[in-house]
Amino acid sequence: MELIKITIDGKEVEVPAGTTIMKAADSVGINIPRLCYDPDLSALGACRLCVVEVEGNRLLPASCVTPIFPGMVVKTNSPAVVEARKTILELLVANHPLDCMTCDKLGNCKLADYCYQYGVKESPFVGEKHEYAIDDTNPFILRDMNKCILCGACVRACEEMTGQDNLSYLNRGFHRKATTAGDVDYIDSDCVFCGQCVAVCPTGALQEKTMVGQGRRWEIDRVRTTCPFCGTGCNFDLAVKNGKVIGVLSNPDSTVNQRSLCVKGRFGWDFIYNEKRLTTPLIKKNGKFEEASWDEAFDLIAQRFGEIKAQYGSESFAALSSARCTNEENYLVQKFTRAVMGNNNVDHCART
Amino acid sequence: MTNAISEITTDAELLFLIGTNTTEAHPVTGYKMRQAARRGCKLVVCDPRHIDLVDEADYWLRQKPGTDIPLINGLMHIIIKEGLEDKKFIEERTENYEALKATVENYPPEYVAELTGIPVDVLYEVARLYATTDRAMIFYTLGITEHICGTRNVMSLANLAMLTGHMGRAGVGVCPIRGQNNVQGACDMGALPNVYQGYQNVTLPAVKEKFEKAWGRPMPDKIGLKIPEMFEAAHEGKVKAMYILGENPVLTDPNSHHIRGGLEALEFLVVQELFLTETAEYADVILPAASFAECDGTFSNTERRVQRVRKAIEPIPGRANWQTICEMVSRMGYPMNYASPREIWDEMASLAPSMAGINYDRLEELGSLQWPCPTTDHPGTQFMHVGKFTRGLGLFQPSDHIPPGEMPDEDYPFLLSTGRILQHYNVTTPYSMGIMSVWDKEMAELNPADAEKMGIKTGDKLKVTSRRGEVVTAVRVTDRVMPGIIWMSFHYSETPTNALTSHHLDPITGTGEYKVCAVKLEKI
Ligand code: SF4
Ligand code: SF4
Ligand code: SF4
Ligand code: FES
Repeated sequence: MELIKITIDGKEVEVPAGTTIMKAADSVGINIPRLCYDPDLSALGACRLCVVEVEGNRLLPASCVTPIFPGMVVKTNSPAVVEARKTILELLVANHPLDCMTCDKLGNCKLADYCYQYGVKESPFVGEKHEYAIDDTNPFILRDMNKCILCGACVRACEEMTGQDNLSYLNRGFHRKATTAGDVDYIDSDCVFCGQCVAVCPTGALQEKTMVGQGRRWEIDRVRTTCPFCGTGCNFDLAVKNGKVIGVLSNPDSTVNQRSLCVKGRFGWDFIYNEKRLTTPLIKKNGKFEEASWDEAFDLIAQRFGEIKAQYGSESFAALSSARCTNEENYLVQKFTRAVMGNNNVDHCART
Repeated sequence: MTNAISEITTDAELLFLIGTNTTEAHPVTGYKMRQAARRGCKLVVCDPRHIDLVDEADYWLRQKPGTDIPLINGLMHIIIKEGLEDKKFIEERTENYEALKATVENYPPEYVAELTGIPVDVLYEVARLYATTDRAMIFYTLGITEHICGTRNVMSLANLAMLTGHMGRAGVGVCPIRGQNNVQGACDMGALPNVYQGYQNVTLPAVKEKFEKAWGRPMPDKIGLKIPEMFEAAHEGKVKAMYILGENPVLTDPNSHHIRGGLEALEFLVVQELFLTETAEYADVILPAASFAECDGTFSNTERRVQRVRKAIEPIPGRANWQTICEMVSRMGYPMNYASPREIWDEMASLAPSMAGINYDRLEELGSLQWPCPTTDHPGTQFMHVGKFTRGLGLFQPSDHIPPGEMPDEDYPFLLSTGRILQHYNVTTPYSMGIMSVWDKEMAELNPADAEKMGIKTGDKLKVTSRRGEVVTAVRVTDRVMPGIIWMSFHYSETPTNALTSHHLDPITGTGEYKVCAVKLEKI
């Protein structure tokens, strides 16, 4: 592949022809601010926050969609660039509810991060504000379109990651909206609640409903794990606060699925806190289950399994292991059946 | 799977799907298929139901239920007749080709079209497309295996792939997408009546000796009972005691009355479970289980990829599952003193050559590893059967058409087929408050033509009766299903669909014929 030399902020960079300015800068650790760009989605060039100065070019091109050319000299942080970015942020903020103090996305909100970086507190532009009703009619996703900056990431994620094509743009100008066909609530749309749109949204417009009010982003521990719901084996992070799971967040390092998940993996985890969970051993006495201590339960099991094996022989025992449980647990169950009960009667519901 | 999920989007030029409703049962895999199709990868969907991926497909083969073997034989017939088979691959890497040729000779397109309902010209086009596409992957799931001829169906797909040389490279292969999250792992770990972990046969003297040495007890060398045989033996009074970990066969296995009877006949039953399930009701002792969020360990996905499960919170019942099992077994005089799941894995892997190179440190570093991975400097195996099959030469195993064990008749005029829906996963998701608040009941699918005849509309209730039982369900009228068919899932305790399903089993695997049985419908 043909390599091209350019200069970014005084640094010489050599990258393949066709690379965008943003990717060239990334490759040498120069981070250009970006709102609508997402590494897993097609580039849109909508927000223009990623503008840079290119020598000999009067306009400031959007670096996420502009390819390099030989000898290009780029400045990512010149006064003109900083001024332009500030104006863009001010325009966005002019029409954004400034309730960051109660917004659950703060800490993981790109808009707030960049406003902080560029010192944008309020907007000199005054104008109409949106008063969209909040879509909270489904149990999984909270949609506050007043916080939408029209970066289009949700539209692209729905189409490019899930292929559900449930979102598109409606109207023009001030009334432009990234929403479902007919602008209905998610629950009344073709949404499959994969939550990909939530995973890519850079602001508080789309949020995991279960996490609202449960903790700020910086208070949350993330524990990477594997989905317990199907053989695809997606990975994700369990969001944990104070010893409690409060949600599931995509982990971009996931080998199989990257940030994609489905409704089960992203929103099905709450079964772990179902009030019907068994918390103590139960022993059936006179046809009724009674709570028992672990010791009582283990002793009774050891006694009865032992008696039955002694009385009827080792063929009288069988074990069903589990296609839902871990490898380690399955290993122990088959070892137990073979080494202790003395037969090969071990199987699992491989078929369901 | 012989190949990897990533090959769907990076390598494949054709995806051939049969009996897999991937976007619902394995959604993220299905989403990748959709991405591939939209980027120009050809897509063939063989399914009696109008599943979502049909809308992305180049060809939809709507075969009649239970006619997969004639369909595949018919495709092979055309491929051979047109000289499109991979002669070099057949010559160098396979055996028993003549027998295959002789069998599929009897499946000319006209006959196959009649059996399957697929037009002759479509059979020709699809056969040519599959045979002439360099990188073509086959995917199947329970739609193929949950038949009386499940194993034969799978063999037929392997025949098709070998006939055309679609094995042992990236972007080819035969890929069963495993249903439950760790079916692959449970098999790999030897939770099967005939093998130890790593598929080491219990009947081999050398293997027996190795495990006797490692585990310090005499090892049984007689193949054990498969699930249906266990319950049969319980009925007969031969099996007296059972231990069941995290499975609910009463809800998920076919012909649940028979299962209930077997459980009732036991003298002693221990169930380790998250919830008081239908199966746990029969227990003498219930041990509370911990969920995936409460345990360290590993799962192996459908592409043999071992990945970490990490403990995020303390076990709600106070003990992780491995601790419970170890304590239970130790009390029986066989000490299991592991400090952590890492140690359990290490012992397991030290006795399984195909996984010996996988350990927790490497998983931490690499994120995941696909077995076979024999040594700690081995990168793992993305696709299998390169240059040679596990058994050496690939064996063609021709099959003839085996009709389903039970077909609709005058008394039971409808065909019941079962499967999974997107939002649910067997028996855990019905305990998700979020999911149940939206999808809270069975919605059986019925064709508009049948619905009209019976005066039924969406939301109405039906009584569904088979020779084995009856259930009540709400109905969704939709042309996703063909006339004469009713389709149901099995996720809901209120509508235990498996009270209806067939007692017929695949004689080789013991898999129930969930996909086809005869029922009658009454509006209530
Ligand atoms: S909802 Fe979020 S992702 Fe979608 S356009 Fe608005 S800000 Fe972007
Ligand atoms: S949840 Fe998934 S299907 Fe629904 S709008 Fe978001 S991306 Fe699309
Ligand atoms: S997130 Fe969905 S597709 Fe991924 S493993 Fe879980 S259930 Fe399967
Ligand atoms: S990030 Fe480049 S235009 Fe938005």
